[in-house]
Amino acid sequence: MEASKLPGFLLRRAVKAALVVLAIVVCNFLLVHAAPGDPASVIAGQSGAADAVFLEQLRKQFGLDQPLYVQLWIYLKSVLSLDLGFSHRQQASVAQLVLERLPATLLLTGAAFAFALAGGVTLGALAAQRVGRWADSIITVIALTFYATPLFWVGLMLVLVFSVWLEWLPSFGMSSVGVEMHGLEVVWDVAQHLLLPALTLGLFYLAVYARLTRATMLEVADQDFVKTARAKGVPEGRILRAHVLRNALLPVITFAGIQAGQLLGGSILVETVFAWPGIGRLAFEALLARDYPVLLGVFFCTSVMVVLFNLLTDMLYAIIDPRVEVAG
Amino acid sequence: MRDFWRRFRRNKGAVVGLVILLLVVLVAATAPWLYPGSPWDMAGAPFSPPGEMGMLLGTDSLGRDVAAGIAHGARISLLVGAVSTVAALLVGVTLGAVAGYLGGFADDAVMRFTEFFQTIPSFVLAILLVAIFTPSIGSVVFAIAIVSWPPVARVVRAEFLSLRGREFVQAAEVLGKSRLSIVLTDILPNALSPIVVLSSLMVASAILLESALSFLGLGDPNLMTWGFLIGSGRSVIRLAWWMSVFPGIAIFLTVLALNLVGEGLSDALNPRLARQRGGAA
Repeated sequence: MEASKLPGFLLRRAVKAALVVLAIVVCNFLLVHAAPGDPASVIAGQSGAADAVFLEQLRKQFGLDQPLYVQLWIYLKSVLSLDLGFSHRQQASVAQLVLERLPATLLLTGAAFAFALAGGVTLGALAAQRVGRWADSIITVIALTFYATPLFWVGLMLVLVFSVWLEWLPSFGMSSVGVEMHGLEVVWDVAQHLLLPALTLGLFYLAVYARLTRATMLEVADQDFVKTARAKGVPEGRILRAHVLRNALLPVITFAGIQAGQLLGGSILVETVFAWPGIGRLAFEALLARDYPVLLGVFFCTSVMVVLFNLLTDMLYAIIDPRVEVAG
Repeated sequence: MRDFWRRFRRNKGAVVGLVILLLVVLVAATAPWLYPGSPWDMAGAPFSPPGEMGMLLGTDSLGRDVAAGIAHGARISLLVGAVSTVAALLVGVTLGAVAGYLGGFADDAVMRFTEFFQTIPSFVLAILLVAIFTPSIGSVVFAIAIVSWPPVARVVRAEFLSLRGREFVQAAEVLGKSRLSIVLTDILPNALSPIVVLSSLMVASAILLESALSFLGLGDPNLMTWGFLIGSGRSVIRLAWWMSVFPGIAIFLTVLALNLVGEGLSDALNPRLARQRGGAA
């Protein structure tokens, strides 16, 4: 893409991302109003149990006695000023609760993503090199297996094997309780706690990326520029790395961007299994307590993260691959 | 039809998948005879390991038979998988047909809408929907359908886009057939094979999604499900591994079978569809 077109492209993408965020806020608003019963009690997060004075106060605050479009306007204004509501159960603002838990989730999903991408691309490349041989078949079988296994069950089985039977790794939390630690000890401790949840979350995507890498590599290997390189006498290893793999990676990265939302959704299950103190665990706790403001906040926050991540991959993609269509 | 079966049979995995699937259907159909009475009733001593006390797969913390739970759970899993897929197909096919056949502004609007649903974290939305509309089999089916229609809409739109310019469609237009009848009787039957392949994969992901929801305690509180069994075994995994291991194997086998059958269908119907996958969990 010409350099002069880049700012316009990025601007259009940013506008689109902003529109999606706006749509998510509207979606949240509609959900509160679609819920059976009184919207005020949904906002209070304690259906049927809140006292009348408090509900009256909420009705006034959110203008629940006014027409829907006025209510929507009030809601939009508060969300866009980053006021995601208040959790009366936890006596804290939802924004604060979510922000507190965000780093743990980012660490978990980041580690899982890195593991899945590195492992998946490696396995996929190996399978593509050995089409039809046993290594290829084994990788296909592994991929099929992880497609069909529930994420939370994989987590439980890893706990059973590595924590209960072998006693190698801790089974819950993010750090050891009641132990005084410094510097690298803390990092090592967190890494031990991180290993099983990150493996659980990453294995499914490893299978996905492996299949995708295999397919795109086989496709690219057939193209003319690869034949040219081979005819020129470029060593086979270099053709594979510099010509085939590099071009095959682009669709994998795009796909990874699209799947960011799935990864965050999966982290709810994994965090529940491993009691990992991230927003997934927060969502599970809110679920048990029917704390709707927190649930809505988690939905909003994860959606925004996905939008931001997609924006980022769009940009990277546009810069890396000059052929990307600017019109999109 | 014979041709179809011949091509399907050539894929060994698909045949194995079909056999497993038929076994699961058989267990689901005969559950009331295999394990009469409610799967919620106490059947033996709590925490009996598999094989002891006449319990094939052991009992849970309240002495309920895990095997009975799995057999009865198969009914719910298959039912939710099938019904939510049908619901998602209705939404997806309608929207995809409108976008692909009408094109222009309608296409743009539908595709933006579809993109939006593909962007947001679908599992989080499903949780939110079930929680807000209170857990029941209806709300679970509704939530799964809401998050699974986008791939259908995309596939159907692509098929309709390529089919609407063909001669037989133009001929129907010249004959003065109404748009609705062209869509239903001329285009849709020709777009059926990718939809069939996609639906078997959708049933698989719907079963996974349902199990994840009931694992989190969002299943219908009156129905025994595989996800609920695993969820209740989670906190006592040190005491009773069988409570979470066996229901997980049931989910794995069923979903694997559906995926294999999907691949077999794809081979047999030979559609232009690149296998699409979606769904968390």
